[in-house]
Amino acid sequence: MRIPHPLLGLRDLREFTYLGDAALIDRPEATADEDKAALNAHVFLRDNPAGTHRELWYHEYGDRSWLVVTRDTRTHEILGAELARDVALAAGRDR
Amino acid sequence: MSGGARLAGGLIERERRLRFTFDGQVFEGHPGDTLASALLANGKVLMGRSFKYHRPRGPFSAGSEEPNALVTLRTGARAEPNTRATTAELYEGLEARSQNRWPSLALDLMAVNDLLAPFLGAGFYYKTFMWPRAFWEKLYEPLIRRAAGLGRLSSQPDPDAYESAWLHCDLLVVGAGPAGLAAALTAARSGARVVLADEDFRLGGRLLAERGNLADRTGPDWVGSLEDEFERLPNLRVLRRTTVFGAFDHGVWGALERVADHLAEPLPDMPRQRLLRIVARRTLICTGATERPMAFAGNDRPGVMLASALRAYANRWAVPPPGPVAIFTNNDDGHRTAADLSALGCQVAGVIDMRPQAPQGAGYEVFAGAHVRATRGRLALRAIEVETAGGRIVSLPCRMLGISGGWNPNIQLSLHRGGRPAWSDELAAFLPGTATPADMRVAGAASGDFSTRAALTGGAAIARAALSELGIAAETPDDLPEAEDAHVRITPCWHVPGKGRAFVDLQHDVTVKDIGLAHAENMRSVEHLKRYTTLGMATDQGRTSGVIGLAVMAELAGRSIPETGTTTFRPPYGPVAIGAFAGDARGPGFRPVRLAPSQAWAVEQGAVFVEAGQWMRAQYFPRPGETHWRESVDREVLAVRSSVGLCDVTTLGKIDVQGADAAAFLDRIYCNAMASLKVGRSRYGLMLREDGHAMDDGTAARLAEDHFVVTTTTANAGPVFRHLEFARQCLWPGLDVQLVSTTDAWAQIAVAGPGSRALIARVIDGFDLSDEAFPFMACASLRICGGLRARLFRISFSGELAYEIAVPARFGDALMRRLMSVGADLGVTPYGTEALGVLRIEKGHAAGNELNGQTTAQMLGLGRMVSTRKAAIGAVMSRRPGLLAETRVQVGLVPVDPADTLPGGAHLFAEGAPRDMRNDLGWISSSAHSPHLGHAIALAFLEGGAERMGQTVIVANPLEGAEMRARVVSPHFIDPEGVRLRG
Repeated sequence: MRIPHPLLGLRDLREFTYLGDAALIDRPEATADEDKAALNAHVFLRDNPAGTHRELWYHEYGDRSWLVVTRDTRTHEILGAELARDVALAAGRDR
Repeated sequence: MSGGARLAGGLIERERRLRFTFDGQVFEGHPGDTLASALLANGKVLMGRSFKYHRPRGPFSAGSEEPNALVTLRTGARAEPNTRATTAELYEGLEARSQNRWPSLALDLMAVNDLLAPFLGAGFYYKTFMWPRAFWEKLYEPLIRRAAGLGRLSSQPDPDAYESAWLHCDLLVVGAGPAGLAAALTAARSGARVVLADEDFRLGGRLLAERGNLADRTGPDWVGSLEDEFERLPNLRVLRRTTVFGAFDHGVWGALERVADHLAEPLPDMPRQRLLRIVARRTLICTGATERPMAFAGNDRPGVMLASALRAYANRWAVPPPGPVAIFTNNDDGHRTAADLSALGCQVAGVIDMRPQAPQGAGYEVFAGAHVRATRGRLALRAIEVETAGGRIVSLPCRMLGISGGWNPNIQLSLHRGGRPAWSDELAAFLPGTATPADMRVAGAASGDFSTRAALTGGAAIARAALSELGIAAETPDDLPEAEDAHVRITPCWHVPGKGRAFVDLQHDVTVKDIGLAHAENMRSVEHLKRYTTLGMATDQGRTSGVIGLAVMAELAGRSIPETGTTTFRPPYGPVAIGAFAGDARGPGFRPVRLAPSQAWAVEQGAVFVEAGQWMRAQYFPRPGETHWRESVDREVLAVRSSVGLCDVTTLGKIDVQGADAAAFLDRIYCNAMASLKVGRSRYGLMLREDGHAMDDGTAARLAEDHFVVTTTTANAGPVFRHLEFARQCLWPGLDVQLVSTTDAWAQIAVAGPGSRALIARVIDGFDLSDEAFPFMACASLRICGGLRARLFRISFSGELAYEIAVPARFGDALMRRLMSVGADLGVTPYGTEALGVLRIEKGHAAGNELNGQTTAQMLGLGRMVSTRKAAIGAVMSRRPGLLAETRVQVGLVPVDPADTLPGGAHLFAEGAPRDMRNDLGWISSSAHSPHLGHAIALAFLEGGAERMGQTVIVANPLEGAEMRARVVSPHFIDPEGVRLRG
């Protein structure tokens, strides 16, 4: 498996660690105990698509970038990879 | 001895002879021979015994598809079972032994199985070894294991080296037959980076085994001129003896290069085999085709082989058949073998062609519309029985029978990444199909183009097409030779009905009747057929048997072959030794070893080491006269409690956190407050996972407003750093914070015990160590030993007055030696991980056993640390009702009988309660002998622990069959008020 790192080009699978669904970026900023339902969904509920899946990969044996990789779960074709930081900023995450 | 009888021609070096042995008997062959060709030239046809029935077998093929001629090559530690004699390249001194026979190949007493064959059909094991259940492990399993397998492993460590390597190219060409050679030539002349791999030791594929394929020159002659040109092309890498065994995602290929298998033993520093991962932008599958047989009674007699193999032995290796030859065919290709052998002066007894309209033979008889009904002979073929078109039975004396049932394109690699093959009625064969991935193309016989001309032009065409996608212009070579362009004419036939056993899978002894039995017992899916009969599950993976098995099954079910479908093709295409996958990742190379800065010093002290992840850590330091590890550990513990001890704690993870928002960032990482930490102070911190469970703990030291150093446990250094980077990049990308791991940059030594202040004072440069100036949990950057920069932390894992002192890693060894020498009069004592563990258990500190991913802050007795005033990771989720209702909390245990030990992992029960899951009250997470208290102590998670203080619980250890009583106490076995560490 080869992942197209946006800064470093095609890199081999073995340099990366997998985390999971890129929805983990959308963490609810929950402080009150009433927010448990939103947090619960964030921590435990995942879609399991047959097709395009956006997922988090960490370039652990590389530049330590977190990436959002778009992969077709049926063919393993990789449709793109972005820096997760850019994705998070574009989604309005900041401080 | 003469290298055996030979025909004219062939690709062997006749002037050189190679001596070799088979079952101890000495033979001679020539360079260029395989073991099989050399044995055949010496008149040896019998080479093995079949797996189940121990039937005598000779070689069935001349290549890697071989099911029969499996031998053990070499002796001693290098002995390798199940080596195919048909691919083993001959070398001087080669030693081979036959397998699966006793006492000898010619007289195998295990052949009694053959007489029992009526009882040993498909599913025999499943049906027979069912009852009684008590026999499973004691009787049946040892029995079956003894009978299983063909060869025997040496059971000695492999003395050879293996390595793995990467190759990157624009174009990978798999197979160096006519299609692959034309493709490689086209691509290499364009300047593209090309890798050409072939499993044979000689390039050419079927061109080496055929006569008259090219118009003006012989195949080997053309291949020779290509090899000269290949030598001059630096952008082309030719890999001989290399099997591409698997296609993996995104253009990654697995290949096995047999670097030294053709030598008696590898040259110095030479690996025996090399596992290549080839990353190719485009790949051309030019893997050719494999001839398949037809099943008929007695088709496994030694001397019966694929017609194309007979032809290959005669043309390439100049091996004459031991007597008259007959051919049994359903297509025109069978006649080529007869014609070639006849041209070489061999006697052809006849061609038995299933087709009524069979072509006429030149110089041999053709039995049109006939079939072979049976064979005669025991250890070698003597005659065949032919039933003619008119129903007459003719006995035809012959020593070899070539079978040609058509050709199966070698499509396996094109299907490893998924997809199903397509059936061609015209060719009676499976073709690659439409689901071939976009970066792969198939040409030549592998794509069903069986003529040499089609292979040459097809190979060149797919090379051009693939390169044009990469923006590389290539031209079809104008010097490709003219070649034959024959069409395939075949009338499919899979098996000849009749009495007698007709073998489909020769290696696993699966007959047509076995497939019928599986069908009768309702095994309707091909996957079920495969597993029930073990068809195609032998080392040859059904290369010659798979399609026939499907065809027989389709016939029984009244379905077409494509409707019946195929089993899934998966890597590896050929057997790959586990050693090759391991490469140099074995022994000390299994994984990197990390050594603490004081390693050399610790070795000098005679330390005993223990693996902690990748780290080697000193476990304890035995002294002369100490005969048991407990003596050393007790002494080290007591030294810390009474004077001063030193321990290298470099292995704990260290993360440097810097930036204007460093404090805010850590406030969200730790469940307890961090932003309020003053410069020059440290704080214990607990991290939670997002789901509210405890993740890791450590200390955070604030060296400046915008600079923290946090520590992690040794085991979690990597995962915590990953977690922090996730939080920084994905959750709060706007925070001004930077992280760097400094675990390896700083050597850190724990200096613990009442004498620690005095010892530290002897190495630091003018720094006030008084309790007022540098109290418990203080930290500072300072200079030691006359100018060396260092960091000092007043933190304690042991509960004693203690410091940790850090210096740049390269000074760690020197600092350890300095502390040891200047502290000699203070009784300074090195201690290892074992004493470290005892000290922290005595103090009730959690470690890996307690932070096991299933515990919460509340269970650890740290519930009140979780701040409710901030949004730290995991804080809200840790207050889920289910977690809050958890009453199992960390407690201390001491044995009621002081002589008892408290085993780690033991479970706790109330006195009188049944010892079952319902009544389980918790478990012991850590235990030790406390030399300070003089008896065993333990940390445990106990249900309702807070209310059970002073009560007695049962410690059950059913694994070792012991039980003891223990009293519940505070987990702080020593100095619960913390007087010592603040001293």
